[in-house]
Amino acid sequence: MMRDLHDHLKTRYRLGDLAERRANLAFVDVARADLRALLVELRDVHGFTHLSLLTAVDWIEEGRFQLTYLMNNRTANRSLGLRVFLDRADPVGDTIHDLWPTAATYQRELREMFGIAFPGSPRVDEEFILEGWTDMPPYRRDFDTLAYSQQTFSDREGRETHDPRAHMAKKLNPEGQR
Amino acid sequence: MSFEWVQIAYAALTVFIVINYGLIMTAVVQKIGARVGGRYGIPVWQNYIDLVKNIALRSKISHGVMFYLGPVFRLTGGIGLLLFVPTIYGSVMHQNFAFAGDLILALYFVFFGTLGMALGAGESGHPHAAIGVSRGLAQVTAAELPLALAVFAISLQYQTLSITEIVAAQQGGLFNWTLFTNPIATLAAMFALVGTMMRAPFDVVVAPQEIPIGPPTEYHSAYLALMQTNRVLFPVAKTVIYMNLFFGGASNWGEFAVKVFAIYMVSVLVGVVHPRFRVEQSIRFFLKWGLPVGILAILVV
Amino acid sequence: MKDIDKSFRKDTETEFPLREELKPRSVTAPDGQVIEIDPLQDYFCQEPPKVHKQSYFRIVEDFYNWARAHSLWILGFGTGCGAIEMRPLMTPRFDAYRYGIQWRPTPRQANLLVISGYLSVKTLKRAIRAYEQMPQPKYVVGLGSCTINGGMYWDSYNTIKRLDDYLPVDLYIAGCMPRPEALLAGFMDLKKLIRKGKAEGANKYAENFDWYKANQKSVIKDWDMPDYNW
Repeated sequence: MMRDLHDHLKTRYRLGDLAERRANLAFVDVARADLRALLVELRDVHGFTHLSLLTAVDWIEEGRFQLTYLMNNRTANRSLGLRVFLDRADPVGDTIHDLWPTAATYQRELREMFGIAFPGSPRVDEEFILEGWTDMPPYRRDFDTLAYSQQTFSDREGRETHDPRAHMAKKLNPEGQR
Repeated sequence: MSFEWVQIAYAALTVFIVINYGLIMTAVVQKIGARVGGRYGIPVWQNYIDLVKNIALRSKISHGVMFYLGPVFRLTGGIGLLLFVPTIYGSVMHQNFAFAGDLILALYFVFFGTLGMALGAGESGHPHAAIGVSRGLAQVTAAELPLALAVFAISLQYQTLSITEIVAAQQGGLFNWTLFTNPIATLAAMFALVGTMMRAPFDVVVAPQEIPIGPPTEYHSAYLALMQTNRVLFPVAKTVIYMNLFFGGASNWGEFAVKVFAIYMVSVLVGVVHPRFRVEQSIRFFLKWGLPVGILAILVV
Repeated sequence: MKDIDKSFRKDTETEFPLREELKPRSVTAPDGQVIEIDPLQDYFCQEPPKVHKQSYFRIVEDFYNWARAHSLWILGFGTGCGAIEMRPLMTPRFDAYRYGIQWRPTPRQANLLVISGYLSVKTLKRAIRAYEQMPQPKYVVGLGSCTINGGMYWDSYNTIKRLDDYLPVDLYIAGCMPRPEALLAGFMDLKKLIRKGKAEGANKYAENFDWYKANQKSVIKDWDMPDYNW
């Protein structure tokens, strides 16, 4: 089913290979220029009416952000994820708040947590969760949350940290047999 | 009626007894509610501890003169209501300052506390207080209409404006009570009773979950203690009026305790089985059901 | 953890800009009068808190403390997941009302602030406001390991680790999360502290006001309220 849809769309859009996770869940890479037209067609022609989520992944090694638009076809119980890649040095995405109003909230979150700009999205530059945040966006992988918390908040003495695996192995098998 | 200085002492004694009675009765009512819900409930002396605690708080802040006067007016409303109404019929000590036209004055004092509270809460500057007060005034106004009509009806019936004479006319047996001689007026007045008792379903004025506690949002420590005192005094004083007008009055403290408790439980029982009304729903309720019954009561008389 | 980036340094240079609506400005009234407005100065009282002395007579203070201990009014402010453990206290199974504990909806009428679980920086700001609005004497109970040393949020960029850096804590209840029984036991311990007259957190706060304020302002970067919220 997903395969048919992919073959059907491949003729007109620049799509990557289809990555099928389950029978009703698949992901596909999309060129940024084709994204909007593809979203509109999926929504209006192929029944993917629901935008389940819009999220981002920081591929710091490759120097790019991945935006994932997960769309759901409720009648056929199928989900299709569209993956769009943005340049990490200058991350600017295209707003789709006019297709799904909920996308504006996702875009506000991505703006705050990853620093991805969505020009034209309503209230996108307002604070979303963080208040008075001055550092780099905290979900970027070069932001070290442990180092930040150590430099910001004071520790209390006496805290012990165990590696869960080693700790449980020692607890369940104190003699170290087997 | 002639005035004697000893009346002031007697009246103070009445107020003292009624406050203590109210403190314990409201705790008992809460305890009954808790027991019905399967809980142990608060100790019956909890209200006293809360009162002492609130007086003992160290820091007090003020929002201006009216902020002070708000609880004072409210308490004045409660005490005034009590003082100008004969608490115990036929008792010289607890006759208070009853006089020929005290029925009209009592009607005024029922409203006085809410008005005073409106001034104080307005001065506190908290938006929730303003919302609560506007709701309170609207609802009390609507709820007082049936009571006013019922009072007119029974003053026509007994041809007097003196509560003492109304009580006197009801003596001599159960069936002399207004409850049986004029049931429609009683019914109309009971609408007003449940409406002004600040219990569910007509407690949207204080609505703790929605507009945190409403008018008293900013009140704390000793101000709150004053208002707590009024909170126990005012319902009892109001119930005393109902008892005198419709339920034959009380000739001793024992009868007083039983009757006030029974009448108070009416609003409690209505409250526990009904969810809270919004203010426009409750106003509509009073205009639709309370008002016609009140008019009918006058027409019947 | 292998993720630790030794070279990471937090940005301490950038100041958070004052919000537009809080900037001092001049407004022209309809009648042509020009009014200077400084929102941070005009609407608030800037007076610092005072240390309130105990009652002069020992016996009076003891009596007051007894009343305070048996009439604990909790501010109904759930800051974290621990708030879910406070709700069962109202139910027939635990019934905290029998100990004189009840919940009040407004800080003006509450004596006890229960920090129920993790406290993000954003919530800390509200918790400080709520605490400072409560009338003296007031008590703070930290609930769960998050308030003690950060708990499972020990490496979070947005959650404080030690509550007593920011508010004077009278009592901690350990656990993640503590059961309602532990809460009840904690409240009983707090009662004992109050009876002994040792729960003077509000005075401690007033005495070390500068230290608390410095700590609070070091994590709350957009401090857009007066130093003491009456």
